[in-house]
Amino acid sequence: MIEATYERPNTLLSRERHTILELIVNNHPGVMSHICGLFARRAYNMNGIFCLPFGNGSRSRIWLLVDKDQRLEQMIKQMLKLEDVLRVQQHDGNHEVFVQLERFFYF
Amino acid sequence: MKITGAQLIIHLLERQGIRTIAGIPGGANLPLYDALSQSDKIRHILTRHEQGAAFIAQGMARVSGRPAVCFATSGPGAVNTLTAIADARMDSIPVICITGQVSGGMIGTDAFQEIDTYGMSIPITKHNFLVRSVDELLEVIPKAFCIAASGRPGPVLIDIPRDVQSGFLEFEEWPEPGRPSSLPQFKMQDIKEAAKMINNARRPVLYLGGGIIHAEAGNTALRLMEKASLPAVATLMGLGAVPSDHPLFMGMLGMHAARYTNLALEECDLLIAVGVRFDDRATGRVERFCSKAAIIHIDIDPAEIGKLKLAHTGIAGDAGQVMEALLPLIDSNLRREWLGHIEELKRHYPLQMPGKDDPSTPYGLITQVAAFLDDNAVITTDVGQHQMWTAQAYPLSRPRCWLTSGGLGTMGFGLPAAIGAALALPDRTVVCFSGDGSLMMNIQELATAVEENINVKIVLLDNNALGLVRQQQDLFFDGRFFASDYRYRPDFVRIAEGFGMRAVSLGSAVDPAATLADALSTPGPYLIHAPISADERVYPMVPPGGANIDMIGD
Repeated sequence: MIEATYERPNTLLSRERHTILELIVNNHPGVMSHICGLFARRAYNMNGIFCLPFGNGSRSRIWLLVDKDQRLEQMIKQMLKLEDVLRVQQHDGNHEVFVQLERFFYF
Repeated sequence: MKITGAQLIIHLLERQGIRTIAGIPGGANLPLYDALSQSDKIRHILTRHEQGAAFIAQGMARVSGRPAVCFATSGPGAVNTLTAIADARMDSIPVICITGQVSGGMIGTDAFQEIDTYGMSIPITKHNFLVRSVDELLEVIPKAFCIAASGRPGPVLIDIPRDVQSGFLEFEEWPEPGRPSSLPQFKMQDIKEAAKMINNARRPVLYLGGGIIHAEAGNTALRLMEKASLPAVATLMGLGAVPSDHPLFMGMLGMHAARYTNLALEECDLLIAVGVRFDDRATGRVERFCSKAAIIHIDIDPAEIGKLKLAHTGIAGDAGQVMEALLPLIDSNLRREWLGHIEELKRHYPLQMPGKDDPSTPYGLITQVAAFLDDNAVITTDVGQHQMWTAQAYPLSRPRCWLTSGGLGTMGFGLPAAIGAALALPDRTVVCFSGDGSLMMNIQELATAVEENINVKIVLLDNNALGLVRQQQDLFFDGRFFASDYRYRPDFVRIAEGFGMRAVSLGSAVDPAATLADALSTPGPYLIHAPISADERVYPMVPPGGANIDMIGD
């Protein structure tokens, strides 16, 4: 049995190193694979992902916590190329969404 | 009306104008094949490997500019297409690959010939679909065609479970066929800015790529070149966009460019990049590419602009439309000094083609083949030394007559792509320049060519080796040749004849020129075997990772 430690990395959710992307996507079983696959194959670090459908369920909102580096603009352009990505908005690295979720991850 | 999913798919494909489909049937796509057997509009080409089918689709798409379709069954059939799909992604070719899948209820049970085709094709398609119900087909098929053909073209994969193929659907109206979406809008402000840069430039160069071919903008590029007296270079994918013998054309740039071409680019003060993506084969070390130049980058894919090189003016739009908008704002300018300087460079450092007059050498053979053909011929190549020699030496004057695997550089591309080209353009002569290594990779498609009586001539440059690998080992690994020579020399003439194809070897011909001329003008598939030395080199060469100006050789 693995002892999981729940310490919060103290470099997470920093405005300098991270940024948060809010995506509106079509909701279907493959869409998260498309997003995660894009980051993986571009070797761009994605630290956190949170996804839930909204409205009538045809679309979902995805929150991504990603590293911020000079390739970020290119990553956003690549995301917009994906058929299922309808909108990308950028937020500060310490946006509420992951701060609120923290209590489920670190204790 | 009430029909099965499979019948619906075939009708939708017919409505999209599809008249030829290459593929191989298997358990998971039998319902689809059954429906196809009843179509009086679509011709099916049974290939010997699904990779062959997908490359045939590529060949059709590359010469027509329109999406082409291939079929494969689930599991190994689907996976076999992936190399060609990835190749289509890299060169932006609209191929629609329709794969069978196990029935919905069996997905995830490790069923017979079940594989995660959807998951595996995500990184290598423009988009993909796993169809979960018959009614989805009404939306998915037209959407796939729209996606494949819109903006920057690309491959789309549609995975269709068997129960969706055999399920019934009742519907009222046929959906509109999928067509390319409208072209992006661009700002006149950016056009004016670009025009100003061009008018003020003293040493401009036009850098043309595959995007010009996709946009059908070769003529517009030529008018721009001539109006502003712009010397032009082309990437491997852009060859044929403008006539290769045009006085302003400097040929291919990059790794195997003529020395004068890369030298001219080093002195360029304005690089007008249209329909290109600054690929490393073209740019060399990108930080040192055109180091003195400001850059205008025009491309239909906004993600390419600024991806590798800062664009001082970036315009996301259709190459043809953007150049048309630029033309009236461009001043006529003879640029005598710059053009004179380039002439000087060309005189001192021309493309050397040793053996050009000796048909037993690669350059000589390619030149002789070109002399026997006219500019109606469609040329495909495989990958390696022969590809580079052909790119350097073959006179191309029209777009969509040059089919080569650029971005992925896939050996095995040439023969099936040539078959696809010949299927799409049955009245033209299609010649595939190949190497022995490359031809082996899809050699089974010789059977397809014979069975369908495809008018393709294979000119096989046989050095019994992996020539370009051998060259790299020679130049950069101290001549430590390893795994780059074949130990046994197959008899390609006998192999081709074994498949039922006419074949001849120029090595044993009494009059090779006459033999070559005869073979090229005989209708039907023909293998023309040409033995060459494994010690031939492609020069000049920019060392991998090097800057374009650090070329080796002439």
